[in-house]
Amino acid sequence: MTTLTQSTSTALQLLVSLDPQLMGIVARSLAVSACACLLACSLGLALGAWLGVAQFAGRGVVLTLLNTSLAIPSVVVGLLVYLLLSRSGPLGYLGWLFSFKAMVLAQAVLVLPIVTALTRQTVQDAEQLHGEQLRSLGAGTALRAALLAWDERHALLVVLIAAFGRAISEVGAVMIVGGNIDGFTRVMTTAIALETSKGDLPLALGLGLVLLGVVLALNVLVALLRRWRVRSDWAGLALNRGLAL
Amino acid sequence: MSTLIRISDASVQLGADGRSLRRVRSDQAMALAAVTMTLHAGERVALVGANGSGKSTLLRLLHGLLSPTQGERECAPALRQAMLFQRPHLLRTTVQRSVALALWLRGVPWREAQMQALAALRAAGLQDLAGRGGRTLSLGQQQQVALARAWALAPQLLLLDEPTASLDPHAKGEVEALMQQFADRRVDSTLVFASHNLGQVKRLAQRVIYLERGRLLADLPVHQFFDASVLQVQCPAAHLFVKGELS
Repeated sequence: MTTLTQSTSTALQLLVSLDPQLMGIVARSLAVSACACLLACSLGLALGAWLGVAQFAGRGVVLTLLNTSLAIPSVVVGLLVYLLLSRSGPLGYLGWLFSFKAMVLAQAVLVLPIVTALTRQTVQDAEQLHGEQLRSLGAGTALRAALLAWDERHALLVVLIAAFGRAISEVGAVMIVGGNIDGFTRVMTTAIALETSKGDLPLALGLGLVLLGVVLALNVLVALLRRWRVRSDWAGLALNRGLAL
Repeated sequence: MSTLIRISDASVQLGADGRSLRRVRSDQAMALAAVTMTLHAGERVALVGANGSGKSTLLRLLHGLLSPTQGERECAPALRQAMLFQRPHLLRTTVQRSVALALWLRGVPWREAQMQALAALRAAGLQDLAGRGGRTLSLGQQQQVALARAWALAPQLLLLDEPTASLDPHAKGEVEALMQQFADRRVDSTLVFASHNLGQVKRLAQRVIYLERGRLLADLPVHQFFDASVLQVQCPAAHLFVKGELS
């Protein structure tokens, strides 16, 4: 208990004093996950929206594979990306292994199925509601996918936040492809694992608190977005009926 | 009168996803069975029948949203159509943009579409709603906007799938008035609507088609359809339906 209290106290001191080592790790973590999400979302949103609308032979198989990929452990993703980027791998010539880019790639691969699958489900539900009307107005598959994704933007924002939360909190993939190199590829999760094994609990705990804070902030954001979405959909109706929300 | 759409011996079977099957399956019921009909320019046609009789399927087939599993659908070249569904579908944007989007999808440049949308809303007396979010309107207002949007497209053929079914009596009256207003203004346009409301059918239709279990059993001018002595002879099933609905 004393260790925990001391560690927490030292961790808070590190946070309040904006310890450069801690801040460097936090900034790198946020940058890696933000880049990974940007990459995964630019592909996953388009692919998911298209899958939500398009009808083609073998769609069921594709969706089953997509849903299965949601359960891939992050260490397996790390291993696959490691094999791709290693010297003898097909992307070895890029020289990305143990770099910032490798970690971005690994996290992007990890969250891509999440973004794609959740977008697909959201857009497919919207297609069932509005697809026929849009088809009757002359919108083809790609246009319908884009319009419905835009229409569901609040729900998709929640998907993006969830993807970011998944990316920033994973440890296996970035540990394998990043190598946890101090000042270079060390991020919050890998640093926590390392500092704990070294016995430097205050720094590990400080990073843990920051990580928890980020995840908490994301969850609060998700809750607020959901509330805002519900309110914006129903506020007008309530006004029409003289109700107060 | 020029022919807009001809359906010959058309049958439709629907898959689990609501789309028409490409081949007839013996284990699947027919949503529409061997329907033959022709639509002419300027007609006001009502589709009546019990739930599940095939009214919505026939409207979708006429519009081209469904293809016939068997038989043929012939359509006049470059026919401008619009369809209104039982529940209005407006996207999460302003009413004006919702209407403009429909025009833009038909090839009108966006700026022009915005202006035409406003003009269409004004013509329908809905200009006050132009800046409101589509989803924040009451169901009746949404249906009026959807109707204004359909008419903004200047359709030669307007299909309406029970447009007042889910509305309260007041909203029903407003939407029907709008339907009547547009029908009066665009006498050359063809109006086809499905309805359970026989009063509405009497007020708006010139021709009535009666469907039962996917089959077209009667296709009569409105005065004959509501003449019990004629209907009893022409189509006893439709006569029973009308009697049941009016009792």
